[in-house]
Amino acid sequence: MRRLTLILVPYLWLLALFLVPFLIVLKISLSDTALAIPPYTPTLDLGAGWQGVKDFLSQLDLENFQFLTTDVLYWKAYLSSLQIAVIATLLTLLVGYPIAYGMANSPDHWRPTLMLLVILPFWTSFLIRVYSWMGILSGEGYLNQFLMWTGLISEPLTILNTPVAVYIGIVYTYLPFMILPIYAALERMDASLLEAAEDLGCSRLQAFWLITIPLSKNGIIAGCFLVFIPTIGEFVIPSLLGGSQTLMIGKVLWEEFFNNRDWPVASAVAVILLLILIIPIILFQRNEQKQREAEG
Amino acid sequence: MNQTVFEPWNDPNEKPLIQFKNVTKRFGDFTAIDDQTFDIFEREFFALLGPSGCGKTTMMRMLAGFEKPSEGQIFLAGQDIAPIPPNKRAVNMMFQSYALFPHLSVWDNIAFGLKRDGMARDAIGDRVSEMLKLTRLEKFAKRKPHQISGGQRQRVALARSLAKAPKLLLLDEPLGALDAKLRQDTQFELMDIQETTGTTFVIVTHDQEEAMTVASRVAVMDHGKIIQADTPQTIYEAPLSRYVADFIGDVNMITGTAKARNPASEPQSDPTPPSTQPPEKHDDAVSGTPRRLDPQPNDAGRWLHDKVLKFVLGPRSDAPKRLPAPDPTRDAPLASAQASPQPVEAAPGGLEIHWHESAAPLIASNGDPALDGQTVTLSLRPEKMSISKTRPDAANVLHGKVVDIAYLGNISTYHVELVDGLKIKAQATNTRRVSQRDITWEDDVWISFRDTAGVVLVE
Repeated sequence: MRRLTLILVPYLWLLALFLVPFLIVLKISLSDTALAIPPYTPTLDLGAGWQGVKDFLSQLDLENFQFLTTDVLYWKAYLSSLQIAVIATLLTLLVGYPIAYGMANSPDHWRPTLMLLVILPFWTSFLIRVYSWMGILSGEGYLNQFLMWTGLISEPLTILNTPVAVYIGIVYTYLPFMILPIYAALERMDASLLEAAEDLGCSRLQAFWLITIPLSKNGIIAGCFLVFIPTIGEFVIPSLLGGSQTLMIGKVLWEEFFNNRDWPVASAVAVILLLILIIPIILFQRNEQKQREAEG
Repeated sequence: MNQTVFEPWNDPNEKPLIQFKNVTKRFGDFTAIDDQTFDIFEREFFALLGPSGCGKTTMMRMLAGFEKPSEGQIFLAGQDIAPIPPNKRAVNMMFQSYALFPHLSVWDNIAFGLKRDGMARDAIGDRVSEMLKLTRLEKFAKRKPHQISGGQRQRVALARSLAKAPKLLLLDEPLGALDAKLRQDTQFELMDIQETTGTTFVIVTHDQEEAMTVASRVAVMDHGKIIQADTPQTIYEAPLSRYVADFIGDVNMITGTAKARNPASEPQSDPTPPSTQPPEKHDDAVSGTPRRLDPQPNDAGRWLHDKVLKFVLGPRSDAPKRLPAPDPTRDAPLASAQASPQPVEAAPGGLEIHWHESAAPLIASNGDPALDGQTVTLSLRPEKMSISKTRPDAANVLHGKVVDIAYLGNISTYHVELVDGLKIKAQATNTRRVSQRDITWEDDVWISFRDTAGVVLVE
């Protein structure tokens, strides 16, 4: 009985906070838009009994999903989001790996401090940090002022409201999620493995490529998923830093909800997004599982 | 027979494979290796033995190329190896942690070094199979390191480091992670493999038994210096210093003043065997003890004889019945160490060591008479000392009391306290079962050893 209760708690949690909201979103995505509160129809009338449920179900349809395929905007938004997420993940990896590597190879007594520095940005509101990037990247921002002061450029660069700014924002925001799993993997690595590789004829670079990278593979995969998954649906960064040029599905979702008040279409967008994300989430879980098995 | 003895270090024509020339290694203020010069020869199994922090690992890492000497040079086959990075040296190392690549199979681990050499695919396959066969790992080729046992991992590490057929193989505490039984088997395996491949092995270990078992020469190190490098037999039987004697095995150390023995006069007193010594002289030495009475009947016995047996045996005589003459070896416990100032069996010459004013000097006929007057230590191995309850005939005899017995199964070590509190360890093989053992705690015992049993040490 006690074991059952123990198992039940997380499942109830999932049910209440994930499955029920998802079913509501799914239901709205199958509804029609209406000028009402809430702005869709039908609504379930439990007072009408079994007949009410039947009427309710008969009015649901896949119209909104069909609509998504007819308007090229949505496809473009999905593809563009995927593209941005993939590129941003790779960029984060390129920036994050050397940092993690440096941390793992730093003297023991430095590591807690370095770790703190990586986590420190979380102590400030995410929104404020993104806003501050606007201050840095804008035409009269600190970056342009600095570059003009050094004489590298004579005209201010246009960075804000371009995809470049979005990438900078994403890389900056999600960097800790990349660093921490890679650092964890590298830190566990036995230093004598590299000496053994060298002893067997590897140059330093070969040893890095043949030993360090494969042994941090799980950390890399975990880090990439942790960056990729939230980036696809990212809304704040593209809307604050990307301007009107950047098309991301998170922004489309927002606009459908709040500008068009078309909840059913917005819900359909969200459901499709979730379906797209299920693939990497399953792959991520499988990677974690495999890693646990290899260690167990 | 002599041709088969492997002693290249005694052959002046032999060229050493490795030469350390005045090598010093410092880490900051700490001197890990202090001005060392020595040679290691081809096909040798050379053991670096010492406590942790003695510099043995540094020595090995300099050979592997992970450390560079601060001063001096190291030659491998006549070539200074200081500028050669580890990946270009014909030296391979077997790591203490084995350092197997966890993401690669056993096969790939062994092939790793060969692939880096750009060897042809077929040749790699052949060589890996050969190594798998040598280490009896054929069945495990496809497994990952975490799927095999500790002993198998150890063999993979060995196969991997041997695969490139290095001129020199370094083994860093190779058996440290194995349990005692497996370790013994593996030691012999290591020796077999060393012999089959003809590779020069340098092993680092803090386990003296391991070093003695596998090595052709053992270098005992302390504080960055090799104290003595010799064959296991020499290291054990003829250590040059107290440190070496103490580090290798169990040892008794008796310190005293050396006095040269007269080589000429000694032989005359020697041939006298103890059994021919007149018993009177023997008795004089024990004048303090009451004279033993011959057996006589008591009152009841006399009454029995007078009333009953007289009619059968005749009248009783009051003359005491005499037992056979006493055997001096049986009566020996009654004598003290001082009783035999001129011990038997001792060869002439050598040294006398006066270690205690109330005890007879110890005779070391193998000692150097030139040490006359100096303070020396006689180092004695426990297994070279016999223990008995009766006084034996031997060049050196010590009297004491058993305070402790360490029962090790095949042998027992007796801790015997001598007159002045000095404790001596003596070993005896347990040829009898424990219950039949005649020496036990608190027993008065005699410890004896030959005049050549010990080694006289000055340092």
